[in-house]
Amino acid sequence: MQLTLEFGGGLELLCDSVKIHNVDVSPNNEVDKLTMKDLLVWVRANLIKERPEMFMKDDSVRPGVLVLVNDCDWELSGQLDTPLEEKDVVVFISTLHGG
Amino acid sequence: MAENHKKAAGRLCYLCNQRRAALKRPKTLEQICRECFYEVFEEEIHQVIVKNQLFKPGERIAIGASGGKDSTVLAYVLSELNRRHNYGLDLFLLSVDEGITGYRDDSLETVKRNEIQYGLPLKIVSYKDLYGWTMDEIVKMIGLKNNCTFCGVFRRQALDRGAALLKVDKLVTGHNADDIAETVLLNILRGDIARLSRCTSITTGEDGPIPRCKPFKYTYEKEIVMYAYFKRLDYFSTECIYSPNAYRGFAREFIKDLERMRPRAILDIIKSGEDFRISTSTKMPEQGTCERCGYISSQKWCKACVLLEGLNKGLPKLGIGRSRGLDNNHMKDVKQSNGTKNIEGKQCGSLDF
Repeated sequence: MQLTLEFGGGLELLCDSVKIHNVDVSPNNEVDKLTMKDLLVWVRANLIKERPEMFMKDDSVRPGVLVLVNDCDWELSGQLDTPLEEKDVVVFISTLHGG
Repeated sequence: MAENHKKAAGRLCYLCNQRRAALKRPKTLEQICRECFYEVFEEEIHQVIVKNQLFKPGERIAIGASGGKDSTVLAYVLSELNRRHNYGLDLFLLSVDEGITGYRDDSLETVKRNEIQYGLPLKIVSYKDLYGWTMDEIVKMIGLKNNCTFCGVFRRQALDRGAALLKVDKLVTGHNADDIAETVLLNILRGDIARLSRCTSITTGEDGPIPRCKPFKYTYEKEIVMYAYFKRLDYFSTECIYSPNAYRGFAREFIKDLERMRPRAILDIIKSGEDFRISTSTKMPEQGTCERCGYISSQKWCKACVLLEGLNKGLPKLGIGRSRGLDNNHMKDVKQSNGTKNIEGKQCGSLDF
């Protein structure tokens, strides 16, 4: 599944300072749909190069990291249960850096 | 099929009932669309400004601008509201160059772009010019311990000096609701009664030369960042290279954990801070002026002068930490002007109140 992932607010520093990543992520098996929960596991394993604790806490993003799926707050689409589809754009923004 | 799924997931805006909701407001849990969000976000800040009479027509106002999200959104929203509601304010951007290579030089580039984007005149004051030292030089001398104390004390004064140079009536800062809740907690943990009693005030220093105010006092960090993201505002977001900032970091994380469980918690903590009443028998430090530079100080010398004296004499530990003994041993001439306890500098002053 082709997805565009964008990291901002300082999170890009955890993945080689690259903000936008065009990635191909496959669900665990053919039947299951890919959800945000699966994507976070994938991102942590494949994109995050340092300090993963700045990005994740337990199985979700660290509190203070905002997530938007197709420019919509993931709190509206079920957070970890948000289903993902081909060509979706997922944005992660940290609010934790200075103002 | 894909379209159907997206439509099902996309609920309508609670306010206009027409457009697709784009975010959930932490303050109210309402699901609203982008357009309504801009409107309520800006209108709430306008109401805070009006209700608290933050400005008077004709005033010159400096916006403390770091290039980060809060001050960038503040500069944008304030110039917008100034036009829309005819506040009649002369707005300026005021930045402090601490002299931190690879951090502040980059963020100042953001502020310089903001100067052009928002048409606001920019003034930059530097530690090097004001104190003769850059943070890079200070860190070279004292290492990575206590450097945030220097930076915080110096920044607070640098902003005041810059504001005086701009001849402004007031200084506004981008401190948001999350920052203030965090500071309430920190001041309770530190037992800092003096700061606890004033950290929730929307305006401080009214008795001093340049009052400061915080128009974002009730504005959630999440909404500031969402606003900046949706409006594609140009801001800088990199952690200071010298700031481990552990103590504030714990409070910050705690606040964010609370917010996830119950977003109202942030406003509730601010309310608790506001309602805190300090016993009249508590001895509070008296505000005087520094005998050396004339800046407000509860001691004979202000903290910046004590720190600077230490740097210039090669005794950088002067004025650091809880050991008042150090001050007394090394500086017989710097006696405390009253009997109250020395108010300690905060570990990281980027959020000094």
